[in-house]
Amino acid sequence: MKAIVCVKQVPDTQGKVAVKADGTMDRAAMATITNPDDLNAVEAALQLKDATGCEVIVVTMGPAPAEGMLRELMARGADRGVLVSAREFGGSDTFATSQILAAAVNKIGVGPDDIVFCGRQAIDGDTAQVGPQIAEKLHLPQVTYVTDIQKNGNDLVVKRQLEDGYMEIKVQTPCLLTCIKELNTPRYMSISGIFECYDKPLDVFDYNTLKDDPLIEADTIGLKGSPTNVYKSFAPPVKGAGMMVESVDQLVGLLNDKHLI
Amino acid sequence: MAEFNAMDTAAFKGVWVFCEQREGQIQTISYQLLSEGRKLANDLGVELCGVVMGSGVNEDYIKALGGYGADRVYYIDSPLLKDYTTDGYAKVMCDLVMEKKPEIVLIGATNLGRDLGPRCAARLHTGLTADCTHLDVDVEKYKEFLRTTSNIDVDNTKFEQNTNLKMTRPAFGGHLMATIICPRFRPQMSTVRPGVMQTQPFDEAGAAKVVVEKITPALTADDIHVQILDIKKSAKKMVDLIGADVVVSVGRGISSDVDKGIALAEELAGVLGGVVGASRAVTDAGWLSSDHQVGQTGKTVHPRIYIALGISGAIQHVAGMQDSETIIAVNKNESAPIFDVASYGIVGDLFKVVPELIKEIRAIKAAN
Ligand SMILES: Cc1cc2nc3c(=O)[nH]c(=O)nc-3n(C[C@H](O)[C@H](O)[C@H](O)COP(=O)(O)OP(=O)(O)OC[C@H]3O[C@@H](n4cnc5c(N)ncnc54)[C@H](O)[C@@H]3O)c2cc1C
Ligand SMILES: Cc1cc2nc3c(=O)[nH]c(=O)nc-3n(C[C@H](O)[C@H](O)[C@H](O)COP(=O)(O)OP(=O)(O)OC[C@H]3O[C@@H](n4cnc5c(N)ncnc54)[C@H](O)[C@@H]3O)c2cc1C
Repeated sequence: MKAIVCVKQVPDTQGKVAVKADGTMDRAAMATITNPDDLNAVEAALQLKDATGCEVIVVTMGPAPAEGMLRELMARGADRGVLVSAREFGGSDTFATSQILAAAVNKIGVGPDDIVFCGRQAIDGDTAQVGPQIAEKLHLPQVTYVTDIQKNGNDLVVKRQLEDGYMEIKVQTPCLLTCIKELNTPRYMSISGIFECYDKPLDVFDYNTLKDDPLIEADTIGLKGSPTNVYKSFAPPVKGAGMMVESVDQLVGLLNDKHLI
Repeated sequence: MAEFNAMDTAAFKGVWVFCEQREGQIQTISYQLLSEGRKLANDLGVELCGVVMGSGVNEDYIKALGGYGADRVYYIDSPLLKDYTTDGYAKVMCDLVMEKKPEIVLIGATNLGRDLGPRCAARLHTGLTADCTHLDVDVEKYKEFLRTTSNIDVDNTKFEQNTNLKMTRPAFGGHLMATIICPRFRPQMSTVRPGVMQTQPFDEAGAAKVVVEKITPALTADDIHVQILDIKKSAKKMVDLIGADVVVSVGRGISSDVDKGIALAEELAGVLGGVVGASRAVTDAGWLSSDHQVGQTGKTVHPRIYIALGISGAIQHVAGMQDSETIIAVNKNESAPIFDVASYGIVGDLFKVVPELIKEIRAIKAAN
């Protein structure tokens, strides 16, 4: 049994965000972190490993330095890393990204007992689309917004968060789950984990590794294979600041004049 | 269906809105999307259709969709569609899109819509733009929008003259706005978060003339690979931030006396006929439940009055409240960014300002 976790390295938008004059992000100027929801996905896989001894494989698509993130996740307990990286993959929207990640997961192989985990949403692109799109391309059932997982053989009972409660859903492996922060609290790296992480296997899947998968075509990956394109981008409008008032008296007077109260 | 080709863009016509129902009730996001879809359909000169999936949904509710702009409603009725499942809904939606070929499909970015949308877009081989805050097909209207919201030099920029859907959305935690297009594939799909688009007034005439087509889907239990064991509502009543006229939100500024801070906000909200919201700092700390959270990862609100108490004004918070009609901020730090979006700002300690505010508003209300 395997738990395959898709993890994305993202700019830390909580910190300083650098926007270039042309309205694009200056990624080079920003620190990177592991996408927060993806840490919950990794933790869910590690808990499964604690319970069943399954293998945990972390997969990321991104530039070569993303290896550092994979090593860190191996120090937390993941067994293997896969870095999906090629010039041909650049500029992918969620459709193309999921096409490539699905091919990478196919290469790893999804067995009847396996689970694919994703985060719900990445904090940079912010779409929450990649998980369900991978599931569709792998023909796997999906459950999104997962807050609880109970496993009994090949049967899973999972809780799916709703705006005003939750659904309890039964689903069989193999399947894909997208995780949110309510699911668990991610563990830290362990000292022994840090020592071992550089001895654990890390594979690089480039274009040649994946090109024979039918999902990988010139018109389904990268910028050219992306149905959506960024047409214009710009900094959000700065609203003109209003007025500062000196006292509650003045404020209430103004509100009353404007018939707001 | 073998002839379905998402790239044959000329074959696609009409604007669709997925109208979500839960427990037989049409969700208000559907009215917001129909109101927005109506404008797009008018600009394109095409029909606006609502798509409802469910089991035994009240016919009056379905007809009412005409009152929000729908010319036609496809109502797909099956016991298998009573509750949402990805497999069931995605199959029905994709089959219908392949048959009828709409050029635009709008879906609410709810926990259901965000599950359904990407699954469908992947199957149909088309693009999906998430969490749109502005939609245009008309180039002049789009230029007008850019003039008022962006730093783009509109008059010296080239715009292709076509009716492709221009879908504008925030990304990078609200630090960047992007307009996304999907020029080569159809339908052009987008999700929109609840509260972002305004509902137009209900139009009786529209409701009277809407055409409802009831469809029995080719769906069997074998198509659905999950089993819903239970749907539980959280025991306590959720706060209705999106529909509120006045929202009084608290931030970490209440930390020196959390109970008192919340009590003050509740009292102020009570006086103004509003509800209490919060920044994520407050919901993360567990001082208020997460349904109170306003912002990028919480709710988008545009009440008549929004009052921010002890909230710094982080971009992720502002993303959810900046379109409020009047914004009042109370913060003890005069350089807090919340003052940049406030209509009225008071520098001061909320524990002192709010009781005074409550007292004076009460006095005025009594006098009026
Ligand atoms: C300003 C801007 C706006 C955009 N808007 C859209 C849009 O509306 N529609 C669209 O289709 N594309 C859009 N894109 C492109 C999109 O951001 C990229 O395709 C991105 O690689 C994946 O989308 P995401 O960040 O939204 O991921 P999400 O879908 O939010 O990610 C969900 C989960 O998928 C997994 N995952 C995602 N990416 C990777 C990865 N590289 N490696 C491993 N696992 C991963 C993770 O588990 C993650 O938690 C936009 C890009 C920009 C710059
Ligand atoms: C991906 C992502 C998504 C996010 N989504 C959201 C979201 O949806 N909503 C959201 O709110 N945040 C969100 N955040 C968090 C956001 O970045 C801020 O951390 C958060 O909004 C801060 O909350 P705050 O203003 O209450 O606290 P702080 O930033 O700590 O501000 C507290 C303020 O209170 C003032 N203050 C202190 N004492 C008093 C007093 N006695 N009287 C008056 N003023 C006082 C201080 O001067 C300060 O300005 C998100 C962050 C990330 C990274």
